[in-house]
Amino acid sequence: MHIVVCVKQVPDTKIIKINPKTNTLDRRSAPAILNPYDAHAVQEAVKLKQALGQGKISVLSMGPPQATEVIKKSIEIGADEGYLISDRAFAGADTLATSYALSKALEKIAAKHPIDIVICGKHAIDGDTGQVGPGIARRMDIPPITNVIEVTKFDKENRIILVKRKLTNGYEELEVQLPCLLTVEKEINQIAYSPLPNMIRAARYKPNIWSVGDLEAVDKAQLGLKGSPTVVGKMFTPPKLDGGKLLEGAVDEQVKQLIEVLSERKELLNVK
Amino acid sequence: MIEEYRGVWVFIEQSDGEIAGVSKELLGAGSKLAEKLDVPLAGVLLGEGIRELSSQVIGYGADIVYLIDHPVLKHYRTESYMKGVNFLAEKYKPEIFLYGATPNGKDLASAVATDLSTGLTADTTMLDVDIDKRLLEASRPAFGGNIMATILCKKNRPQMATVRPKVMKALSFDESRQGKIIEEEIVLNEEDMRTKVINIVKDVTKKANLADAHVIVCGGKGLGDAEGFKLIHELANTIGASVGGTRDVIEAGWLPHELQIGQTGETVTPKIYFAIGVSGAIQHVVGMKNSELIIAINNDPNAPIFEVATYGIVGDAHEVVPKLIEQVKQLRVEQGGEVSYV
Ligand SMILES: Cc1cc2nc3c(=O)[nH]c(=O)nc-3n(C[C@H](O)[C@H](O)[C@H](O)COP(=O)(O)OP(=O)(O)OC[C@H]3O[C@@H](n4cnc5c(N)ncnc54)[C@H](O)[C@@H]3O)c2cc1C
Ligand SMILES: Nc1ncnc2c1ncn2[C@@H]1O[C@H](COP(=O)(O)O)[C@@H](O)[C@H]1O
Repeated sequence: MHIVVCVKQVPDTKIIKINPKTNTLDRRSAPAILNPYDAHAVQEAVKLKQALGQGKISVLSMGPPQATEVIKKSIEIGADEGYLISDRAFAGADTLATSYALSKALEKIAAKHPIDIVICGKHAIDGDTGQVGPGIARRMDIPPITNVIEVTKFDKENRIILVKRKLTNGYEELEVQLPCLLTVEKEINQIAYSPLPNMIRAARYKPNIWSVGDLEAVDKAQLGLKGSPTVVGKMFTPPKLDGGKLLEGAVDEQVKQLIEVLSERKELLNVK
Repeated sequence: MIEEYRGVWVFIEQSDGEIAGVSKELLGAGSKLAEKLDVPLAGVLLGEGIRELSSQVIGYGADIVYLIDHPVLKHYRTESYMKGVNFLAEKYKPEIFLYGATPNGKDLASAVATDLSTGLTADTTMLDVDIDKRLLEASRPAFGGNIMATILCKKNRPQMATVRPKVMKALSFDESRQGKIIEEEIVLNEEDMRTKVINIVKDVTKKANLADAHVIVCGGKGLGDAEGFKLIHELANTIGASVGGTRDVIEAGWLPHELQIGQTGETVTPKIYFAIGVSGAIQHVVGMKNSELIIAINNDPNAPIFEVATYGIVGDAHEVVPKLIEQVKQLRVEQGGEVSYV
């Protein structure tokens, strides 16, 4: 069983600070981390491998050379091998160009060792799109199963898995033939503490790094900025809403005014 | 040739014979775009036994319904729905194609965009068109900062976007509206499907409650710690409200993640929304700004939440909220009955 997890390096939005003057992100303040959803994706691969008692986990990332860090982090969680595709030609990619580049790398990985399951995060916290996973699945012509919250059964004989997929209002259970692609929600598992041997291996690990030239039959027009149909037009501050009335006086007075407002708005509130 | 592409389309999400709220909202938003571009608005309806829903799609604003009714389409599955939608889009060539930013809408749009090799903007909260260039202007909160970015797809068609539920307004249903129904047939065999829906479980838990709640008390990081956050529950209990939180609160573990409000959580539109110790970051605000009455309590007079709030109190939550609870209780005694929110 070969599971490949796509992992992305993202700025840590928890720590990142916003410059209140320019209203933009202070990127220098942002340490780069493994996209939290992708950490759960790697953890799920580890869980599946343990349950099956065999298998191999590879991770794949596209990004600048520093992205080797998220591959090392994945090795810590329990991945066996890591690949980074890194090249100027990939830069500026939107989700369409990203899924193209990643699928080309997956093709190369699969040529050596056929892939049974690809796992992605539900979305990357820097863009929040969640479009790359299904994009990869379409390019590989395997079914994408998004928003997975549980893999309930793994039927190795028949190469079928049973999964729960989150919906707006509940969930559905799906039976899926392998190979397939899953995108996972955070609740699918808890990140386990990394065993020491993994940490040691991760510290020494050198991922395979590929440039565009290392990939087969790549249409360069579909890569990076050139291959990205979407562009950012303008940036603007959101239109002002009609809020803005601050209550005045001592706290008691303000609370009293608030209660009055609430009682007045009978259409909102029912005071018997 | 991108000039060949004409018309605004909305993917109509349905289950159990009911059209999703977001699809009605998109018909409302789409009709404005279609009017500006002077083209018809179409709804794309797939499923099994769903022909009757066509009149509803028209009543909510569509001029045309593209319909595929097939047993294999009984439940949503990426592989079957994608086939139908790709077929229609390739044959009739819309210039704009909108989907609800729901699990199924996002899933379908991502697959279709890849197959049609076109641009897709995720989770938009504002839509407009540049009439001269016939460009969809799909805006969403940009990463970091209280700023919005408009995403354009200049050279590829259709221009696609997923749109957050509850941010657009549906038109009121008009029974007398007339429209055209175009039914297509495609070949789909169950044996070719690699996924099977075994079971669908409807969940009526907290999350559903939050989406339907009339009054929400949302707490932010300003409550200090999990202990301080108890005030939020206390206020909510006193006034019969549902509790929600900001992403920072969820990440701190003070609330389960299904109670997150905002861009990556729920969008809510209650009658009354209390934002307490919430700074009002754009990613939060897009999820609550359509609430009818917004009350903010924050000790920083410059907090952006005050720009959204109908009424604001500048003060320490630990001081203000207990007073609020006390006065509500007192009011209840004075009125000799209950204060309940409808
Ligand atoms: C891609 C992305 C997606 C995101 N999605 C979401 C989302 O869906 N939902 C969401 O909420 N956020 C989201 N965020 C995070 C968002 O940008 C903010 O960081 C977050 O909303 C801030 O949470 P907060 O208001 O609780 O905390 P803070 O920003 O820390 O604000 C705390 C506030 O409490 C006030 N305060 C402090 N002490 C007191 C006191 N004693 N009494 C009263 N007030 C006090 C402070 O003045 C401050 O305004 C997202 C961010 C990114 C980058
Ligand atoms: N540059 C990348 N390298 C590796 N995986 C990626 C990359 N971008 C996106 N992904 C994968 O696709 C998922 C969804 O990303 P997104 O569509 O950008 O929200 C992520 O959780 C990753 O699993």
